[in-house]
Amino acid sequence: MIDYDRILSKKAVRLRPSGIRKFFDIANSMEGVISLGVGEPDFKTPWQVRAAGIKNLERGETWYSANAGLAELREEISRYLHRRFRLSYDAKDEIMVTVGGSEAIDLTVRALVEPGDEVLIVEPSFVAYAPIVSLMDGVPVAIPTRAENDFRLTAEELRAHITPRTKLLVFPFPNNPTGAVMRREHLEEIAAVLRDTDIIVLSDEIYGELTYGAPHVSLASIEGMQERTVLVNGFSKAYAMTGWRLGYAAGPKPLLRQMLKIHQYAVMCAPTTSQYAAIEALKNCDADIRKMQQEYDMRRRFVVFSFNKMGLPCFEPQGAFYVFPSIASTGLTSQEFCEQLLYHKKVAVVPGDAFGESGEGYIRVSYSYSINHLMEALRLIEEFLQELDRR
Amino acid sequence: MEQLIRLLNENARLSNAQLAVMLNKTEDEVANMILEAERQGVIRGYHVLVDQEKLGTPQVTALIELQVTPKRDRGFEVVADAVMQYAEVESVYLMSGSYDLLAVVTGADFKDIAFFVARKLATLDGVKSTATHFILSRYKDRGVVMNEEETVDRRSPIL
Repeated sequence: MIDYDRILSKKAVRLRPSGIRKFFDIANSMEGVISLGVGEPDFKTPWQVRAAGIKNLERGETWYSANAGLAELREEISRYLHRRFRLSYDAKDEIMVTVGGSEAIDLTVRALVEPGDEVLIVEPSFVAYAPIVSLMDGVPVAIPTRAENDFRLTAEELRAHITPRTKLLVFPFPNNPTGAVMRREHLEEIAAVLRDTDIIVLSDEIYGELTYGAPHVSLASIEGMQERTVLVNGFSKAYAMTGWRLGYAAGPKPLLRQMLKIHQYAVMCAPTTSQYAAIEALKNCDADIRKMQQEYDMRRRFVVFSFNKMGLPCFEPQGAFYVFPSIASTGLTSQEFCEQLLYHKKVAVVPGDAFGESGEGYIRVSYSYSINHLMEALRLIEEFLQELDRR
Repeated sequence: MEQLIRLLNENARLSNAQLAVMLNKTEDEVANMILEAERQGVIRGYHVLVDQEKLGTPQVTALIELQVTPKRDRGFEVVADAVMQYAEVESVYLMSGSYDLLAVVTGADFKDIAFFVARKLATLDGVKSTATHFILSRYKDRGVVMNEEETVDRRSPIL
């Protein structure tokens, strides 16, 4: 018998398994659980986008695309980035299409990080950054953000974490799970710190279409930042296309060239059918995006209001589709709160510490659900709080 | 207004306070919007969507096509007026195409409706012919998917 423990890569084995997996395995095995845990839209992909995918399948044009993605799609991405964020990227060699935003994150880290390089990761945030850095023998360095700063990264905090070994800053705004955004004036402050350094920024703007109040400003559009930024974006959140697995990276040529090489060996190209569908999304779906954004906004106001009313103070998120209420007043840890809520009320939310230590004391609640679903779940959470008080 | 109607369409029992939060308005503003919509007849009523089978009082619904001889001056209205007087008739529409009026009729069973059509509708002055179509299964009703299997959320929790 093979002793797998002996032969497996130490690096892989050492990777922290997603702690949340166990929790959701329990939730999934229970009957009638009301989840607020998803991280994807509840809308269907707009019909004309699905139709474009079907047409591609009907024609049988299901071969590989160019490694960097279909030229027409890259052109459309370039136009989109200009239309929405006033960015200029050459479709030929400054944009590449990837398997979801996730692959673009992976490629950026792999093309840059040497053993011992420090990678600054703004937290709480999406769980994939640190493990990928560890796989490259890089050193993930968390920069916690705080509710009193509206979960923004401040210039002082950034400066305090920079060392001569700092190679990369992972900059995830609009933020999952907090819903924080960085407005232009905040980006200017960050840019002022970075401009005189060789630090590259991985700007994960996958929620860029989902901001409330003011349009998203891309870090790359701030003066002097384009040459030190890899912009990661994709179709999953904006166009409700998570299962199509399609994202992209836009950035400096020399960096993209290396990323493309890795991409070519690892996955060859992003799914071709998805690429054809994405062309349609970029060309004809601005109105669909707006409609979904308005719907999220309505739910957002409702959910924030409800949490504040039931006594869980909730920072008002300006982006993404999550709220991040504090549960400190209950005296429970995030994990305890979520487990008890699941057992007593069959409502599943995500403990904040899954997104980094600084998320302890919070829970992530997705509002990517119908109003009726949200109302029922919130009613149960309120009941749970009242019963906690009585215990 | 459009958003308000959409929300009420999804759940007419949302309170003014809840609507106010979602629409970013005050409770008074929402109350006024609703009152105004009701006064102008934009909102004509509020309905309960009932699963009759679960209620335990099975009900049969049929769509009845009516071909009608139009009356001088008042066209199809005379017959439409007569048809809609019956409690069994849920809705009446004037249609384009190969027939004139469409009546949605409910009854306790198939026989009930067959009798109603034969005795009450077909005999109305001006009705030339009728065709009865019984509804066999409701997959989706007023925007609500009735089959629970189809509404299961298959999305996995993702961080």
